[in-house]
Amino acid sequence: MEVLIMQPAFGEISVSDFFYRHRELAGFSNPSRATYMVIREAVENSLDACEEAGILPNIKVSLSYTGDELCHLRVEDNGPGVPPSEVPFAFGKFLYGSKFGVRQSRGVFGLGITMALLYSQVTSGRPARIIVSNGGDIFEVKLRIDIEKNMPLVEGKKRLANMEEWHGSIVELYFKGDYPRAEKRIMEYFKLTSIASPHAEIAFTDPAGDQHLFRRSVEKAPKQPVETLPHPHGVDAEMLRRLLKRSEGKSLLSFMVKSFQRVGYATARKFLESAGFSPHQPTSTLTNDDVLELLDAMRKYSFPPPDARCLSPIGEDALRDAIMRIFEPEFVAVCERPPSVYLGHPFIVEVAVAYGCKGIEGEIVLYRFANRVPLIYDAHSDVSMNVLRRFNWGSYLHVRPQATAVFTHICSTRIPFKTAGKECIADPPEVEREIELALKECCRRLKTHLTGRVSVEERGRRFNAYKKYLPKIAQFASELAGRKNAPNVSLILERILEGKN
Amino acid sequence: MRDVLVKLEALGESICVQLENGELPFIDIPSRTTSNIIYDKAEGRFVLGEARTRRTTSNVKHLRAFTQTVWMAYMAKRLIEEGKSTTLRDLYYMAESYGVKFKDQQESDSIIADLEALLGVPREQLRIFPEERATVYGDLTIKYNVQGYEKTTLNLTASPDGVAIGPALAGAEFQNCGAERVIMVESGGMFTRLIEERAHEKFKALLIHTAGQAPRLARQFAYRLRRELGLPVYVFTDGDPWGAHIAMVVISGSANAAHVDSIVIPDAKWIGVLPTDIEEYKLPFEKFNEKDWKRLHDLMADPRYQSPFWREQLKRFEEEGRKSEQQALSIHGLSYVTEKYLPEKFA
Repeated sequence: MEVLIMQPAFGEISVSDFFYRHRELAGFSNPSRATYMVIREAVENSLDACEEAGILPNIKVSLSYTGDELCHLRVEDNGPGVPPSEVPFAFGKFLYGSKFGVRQSRGVFGLGITMALLYSQVTSGRPARIIVSNGGDIFEVKLRIDIEKNMPLVEGKKRLANMEEWHGSIVELYFKGDYPRAEKRIMEYFKLTSIASPHAEIAFTDPAGDQHLFRRSVEKAPKQPVETLPHPHGVDAEMLRRLLKRSEGKSLLSFMVKSFQRVGYATARKFLESAGFSPHQPTSTLTNDDVLELLDAMRKYSFPPPDARCLSPIGEDALRDAIMRIFEPEFVAVCERPPSVYLGHPFIVEVAVAYGCKGIEGEIVLYRFANRVPLIYDAHSDVSMNVLRRFNWGSYLHVRPQATAVFTHICSTRIPFKTAGKECIADPPEVEREIELALKECCRRLKTHLTGRVSVEERGRRFNAYKKYLPKIAQFASELAGRKNAPNVSLILERILEGKN
Repeated sequence: MRDVLVKLEALGESICVQLENGELPFIDIPSRTTSNIIYDKAEGRFVLGEARTRRTTSNVKHLRAFTQTVWMAYMAKRLIEEGKSTTLRDLYYMAESYGVKFKDQQESDSIIADLEALLGVPREQLRIFPEERATVYGDLTIKYNVQGYEKTTLNLTASPDGVAIGPALAGAEFQNCGAERVIMVESGGMFTRLIEERAHEKFKALLIHTAGQAPRLARQFAYRLRRELGLPVYVFTDGDPWGAHIAMVVISGSANAAHVDSIVIPDAKWIGVLPTDIEEYKLPFEKFNEKDWKRLHDLMADPRYQSPFWREQLKRFEEEGRKSEQQALSIHGLSYVTEKYLPEKFA
């Protein structure tokens, strides 16, 4: 009997090949969800480009069908425009961040728009069309990805005259999609993006040709988060090894100061001595065990909390205005928590409770954001949902609020996503606690509003009663006393109106 | 009358001064709640304790009641000054034209009681009277002293239906009296029977029809007859706890009016129908119903019923659970009450 043994082909696969094989990990699991993902990646790519250049984003999105299942997406922004020479690599190659600095950003894996291109190419077989300009000539690039090699393949390049000093970029993609099934989520995505990025104006033309305009409510681009060094509590063994490698030849003291935030010479010296390392030991002499020992000591040592300048919260006012504009609630309570830390990663939690929203059915609806990106899928096991589920409204308000939307925004240099789909946040206790505290604070503010509203009504009723009866009392009393003139009660009434009596 | 006017003026002045000082005015009213109604054994009647309730305009919930009280005082002042009188019901209706509305007459009656307590003056002195009137019949000549009737005299046998005891009669001067006793009668039927049987002549009696619980004017009238003419007062009611209590209010005054009620006739006598009469005169009777039992037990707990005579009466009621109306005496003939029953009572 002949036995055929298949020899497994062990070999290296490229990043692009990995995501080609496992595209569900990046959220491209079916045509409906992929439609949402393609739009989302393209829009966020545009938002990032504009924000980095300090430009107020104007983004035009249009989606149409060219076949039964074949969609055509066009996303145009008014960003600075990627230099034409960099287009192939910016769009057509999966990049691993080579930088050691940290700051809040929308993407996590550096997949972004490239993943959308990959999905487009795989499902439509057609190249992406990228058009860019910095205000000068316009360049059009047709681009494919060599998936096996993770390399961009330029299929055609054109140079066009720019008559109107247009700048920005346009991405056009064909892909297999299912808009009808994704429509609800896509509309929700745009609505929420307009809240998380209220400085952006987004126009979306859907396959039926209807245009949905999401206006900007903030006329200022948000302050760009500052790129900072990692915090000593925020690195793992691999990261530490890489940092050490980069600083070869330096002393440990200098390494600590130059590689980490919140570590000055005094702190570094104290830390190294307490950990049993000589501050003057060159980093190159550290053994593998030394590195692990150093990491362990770093985790145990109490460094000052991480710098939060690398974070860009939406801000209480901007969040309130944006929610007011989109959901038209009766009242919004907003709370931005002070920066906090989990595992060395700084994060800020913002929570808003919008009471009496138009168009909300049912009692309480949760909307989640992470680093200004709305999270549409996988809400059920999200940390915010967990907090909300066991939150006792009764102890803050008299009743469970009706027609209420709860918004949670977590911004961090590293969002603790549960999955690579970036839709569901895990629940480190620190994050959970901050969400809960912010929610409680919102409830207190909402309660003040609700009781304030009652007391305004009541003050009015009270004043009316006095306005009606006090002059009568004065009149009857003066006739009873045999006086000619009734005492003047207008001063008393004034004080009552001002709520002083 | 001067006293009352002074008190009313002082009330108005104190409110005016508080308002002028920019304060929200208040008045302290003797509390009329049960816990503040105390039985004064020496006086044989209920009096109010020391507790006072503050009615203050700084509490928006008191605002309306405060206005009503001041309005009521103002109305009383006008009635006195203009020599007019009015009824509880009138006041309830009049309030509306002054922008002072009462929910119902009960509310306006209660404000009047507050004013009585506040001034320590019964409403009759404020020229405010109830609708219901008792009537009187018998040989008494009175002289009115109300406007327009200053010279008019009247003998109370003038009408076979009796003469209503209104404010004019209650305040009239007694000129000539042929009567030697007063009989207060609960029911209209018995009152008419006694007149027809000429009881006023046989017993030299003034007959007062109370029509149930005696109105304050009727009690005041009887009180004056007792005090000014020395006539003994007898109370003749149905033979049940309710009848007993009509007699008791004549004797000891009413708890509801503890704040002003000084009209007591301690030596007035309940002559019947006594519970023992039912057996003795072989009167047809009915068994007590639930309400009768409850009333009886209320009376047994009442401090006014603690004398041996009253304790004995209530005990008999309790033992037999029987009641008889005044008219039950007619079973022995229409004249029985004047021929047999009353002569034995006055014997």
